[in-house]
Amino acid sequence: MTDVTSGPFLHSGASVSRTMGLVILALVPSTAFGLYLYGWPAITLFVVTISSALLFEAIALKLAGKPILPFLTDGSGLLTGWLLAMTLPPWAPWWIGLIGSMIAILLAKHAFGGLGQNIFNPAMIARTVLLISFPVQMTQFLPPLPLSSANAPGFREGIEVVLTGHAGLDALSGASLLGSIKTQLGQGETLPSILASLFDMRDAAIGSIAGSMGETSALLALLGGLFLLITRVISWHIPVSMIAAMVALSTLCHSLNPDLYLGPDVHLLSGAFLFSAFFIATDYVTAPGTDRGKIIFGAGIGMLTFVIRTWAAYPEGVAFAVLLMNATAPLIDAYVRPLIYGRTRKGTPLSYPDDHTKGPTS
Amino acid sequence: MKLFKIKGGIHPKGRKEATSNKAIQSIPLPTMLRIPLQQHIGAPATALVEKGDLVKKGQLLAKARGAVSANIHAPTSGRIIAIGRFIAPHASGLPGTTITLRPDGEEAWADRPPPLDPDTAPVDELAKRVAECGIVGLGGATFPSGVKLNLRNRYDLKLLVINAAECEPYLTCDDRLMRERAEDVLTGVRIMARTLGVERVIVAIESNKPEAAKALRTITKASGDDKISIVEVPARYPMGSEKHLVQTLTGKETPARALTADIGVVVHNVATAYAIQQAVCHGRPLISRIVTLSGEAMAEGGNFEVLLGTPVSHLVEQAGGLKHDPDRLIIGGPMMGQPLSSLRAPIIKGINGILALGQKQKQAPPPMPCIRCTSCAAACPCGLSPFDMAQRIRSDELDSAVDIGLLDCIGCGSCAYVCPSKIPLVQYFNYAKGSLTAKQRADHKQEETKRLVQTRDARMEKMRREKQEAMARMKAERAAKKAKEEQQKQAAAAAQNADTETKIKVEA
Repeated sequence: MTDVTSGPFLHSGASVSRTMGLVILALVPSTAFGLYLYGWPAITLFVVTISSALLFEAIALKLAGKPILPFLTDGSGLLTGWLLAMTLPPWAPWWIGLIGSMIAILLAKHAFGGLGQNIFNPAMIARTVLLISFPVQMTQFLPPLPLSSANAPGFREGIEVVLTGHAGLDALSGASLLGSIKTQLGQGETLPSILASLFDMRDAAIGSIAGSMGETSALLALLGGLFLLITRVISWHIPVSMIAAMVALSTLCHSLNPDLYLGPDVHLLSGAFLFSAFFIATDYVTAPGTDRGKIIFGAGIGMLTFVIRTWAAYPEGVAFAVLLMNATAPLIDAYVRPLIYGRTRKGTPLSYPDDHTKGPTS
Repeated sequence: MKLFKIKGGIHPKGRKEATSNKAIQSIPLPTMLRIPLQQHIGAPATALVEKGDLVKKGQLLAKARGAVSANIHAPTSGRIIAIGRFIAPHASGLPGTTITLRPDGEEAWADRPPPLDPDTAPVDELAKRVAECGIVGLGGATFPSGVKLNLRNRYDLKLLVINAAECEPYLTCDDRLMRERAEDVLTGVRIMARTLGVERVIVAIESNKPEAAKALRTITKASGDDKISIVEVPARYPMGSEKHLVQTLTGKETPARALTADIGVVVHNVATAYAIQQAVCHGRPLISRIVTLSGEAMAEGGNFEVLLGTPVSHLVEQAGGLKHDPDRLIIGGPMMGQPLSSLRAPIIKGINGILALGQKQKQAPPPMPCIRCTSCAAACPCGLSPFDMAQRIRSDELDSAVDIGLLDCIGCGSCAYVCPSKIPLVQYFNYAKGSLTAKQRADHKQEETKRLVQTRDARMEKMRREKQEAMARMKAERAAKKAKEEQQKQAAAAAQNADTETKIKVEA
């Protein structure tokens, strides 16, 4: 089957690297804003994470005996590193980025057979392993210190923060919004009073809040998502079902007890929810293959995120939710079969609505 | 008219502008015509001529053999100089039995069957004429048209759809035919409709051929024929797929493994309609067809009326030759066509295009792994999951690929067209379908062997039993005989005893 003997002899021009390139292009606004917001340390960590992702990709390809150049330039390794960087606390030490890339590329991707073979989203595996292994470094967020602001660290200082850890980081850092809510709810306060001091809808939408490097801006994530939808890199099924499930559940619980349950506005605008809806959950490799399967998958992530955020020990739950649903994707694919032309959903041929066969007598 | 949406499909660039404005031309006779006996699906025709025979134009050269075979006629007058194996226009490049005719340049016609009146001739006669004239589906499927026109015997037909979608990029031969010979085309359509006994006819043309639609409409309007509607369907590949075209027009989905006739619809290609008009009104057998020559490597290209059997090389030369070494030479359209193995191969009934695509490429990069982007599934007009089928075929699970629809694949190539990893999906499917057929054949053979062995065993067993029974019978007979003898002996002894007894008594 080496020589091409069957058509088509035309091609749309789509390519893996083009697809990956479009996703990266869609990430640029969120990324640029995040890097601006958190300054030189963030930029340093970003560079460390991406370059180590590419390095590990090259090593893995070499070990697997695959041709390095075409696979390294397909953009998938770069994208994994990029997505991972977006989910890290922006001032995290360099080794967080390095270990994260190693886990994502070597463990989550290549141990399963490389591009297209992994069961779990590599960036989410890396983020989750890091969170469990290094909870302190992974939950130290800081309020934005834009590059333009007076007390933002400079180029050299920024590198120092990331290479040596903490230059005055402790004094600045704190928890993210969801983390604070979790802590304070545990201390018996009610939601409205907590939110009144911590949550500002405009800031949350724009993203000028404490959080991961590229996930804080709901608006920019949405912008990138729309770009992906318009360029047809992704379909609407996963983001829409994920958002719908979250909105439905949070609205229901919030209307039952607003003192205990966050409303849909806070859920959608905080943490990594919208970012994940467009950039993480939509990962082709780890999502189901049918449109109906994607809807189930997305709704599952939305629901699980709500459950984990509301009742579990961790303040943020998107990563866990994505991984859990990744695990169910093969099952969904086994049960949700597409509707084949001329057949019923069960796969049997349609019966003739009006039979035109002539009987043996005519 | 209300149209219905079909699932999937793609929008490849039409690339029809290169030839759509070039009128149909004829070309000079080649020095040699190569006429394969296999120009249709079904069994090859049986040659009626021998080497050295002189034949006239339109003379029957080979007779249909079997139910879905077709007659083959001499494209021109001349001498048969060989009957033997010759390279066939097929991907495999394998030769097939071919009649070689050297034209004498006279173009002397043989006696032609008399014209039939499209409106009054008996329908059986019309269908018979079409079969006699060797007409097959000219859209590429090459199913004998006479057989298809007889579907009225088995189905209650409502609608005839004329497939003038011509959805493959580059091809414009049907477009030109409709523009230039609209009247004859419509006569052919009317003959088909009458023969099939349908109430309605739709000529479906992709919206990128407005002039063709206009040409046909002008004539139907002038004749006041309200039975035939000219409908423009969206230019979306594979609109020319029979079942999808019918669904677009009627909203009806043909059940899997059924024919459109099962829902009361028959589909015929537009070029076939023209060929039928020629056969019925002029007694002209199918000895030529219109072929589009196009592609980036073609110097001029255009649409040509070509005698069947013309070597592709002759046609290409007459059309202005090649600009440069093409990347690929294709028979048919670029989506579903086949690579042409040699320019020496002849034009046959099913060939609607010869394409010389692009500039010679160095080795194409190998395909990337599947990233499950599912764009193939989105493009599939049959609702299949090509990525999943390919995965199963790759791990040699052919039966499981069949479970998810391998045999429902129409091979349109939409999946491979959009695949970002450039995986040759159609090739996977063709390979799998091929090995399934081979396996089926092997299974059938095995089954047959098993049956024969079993019959033999049963026969042997029966013989053995019969022998045993016979032996048992003989034994029993012998035993019975013995017993009888014994009995007689005993009886005799008893009698003797009695005698003795009596004697004793007497003596006593």
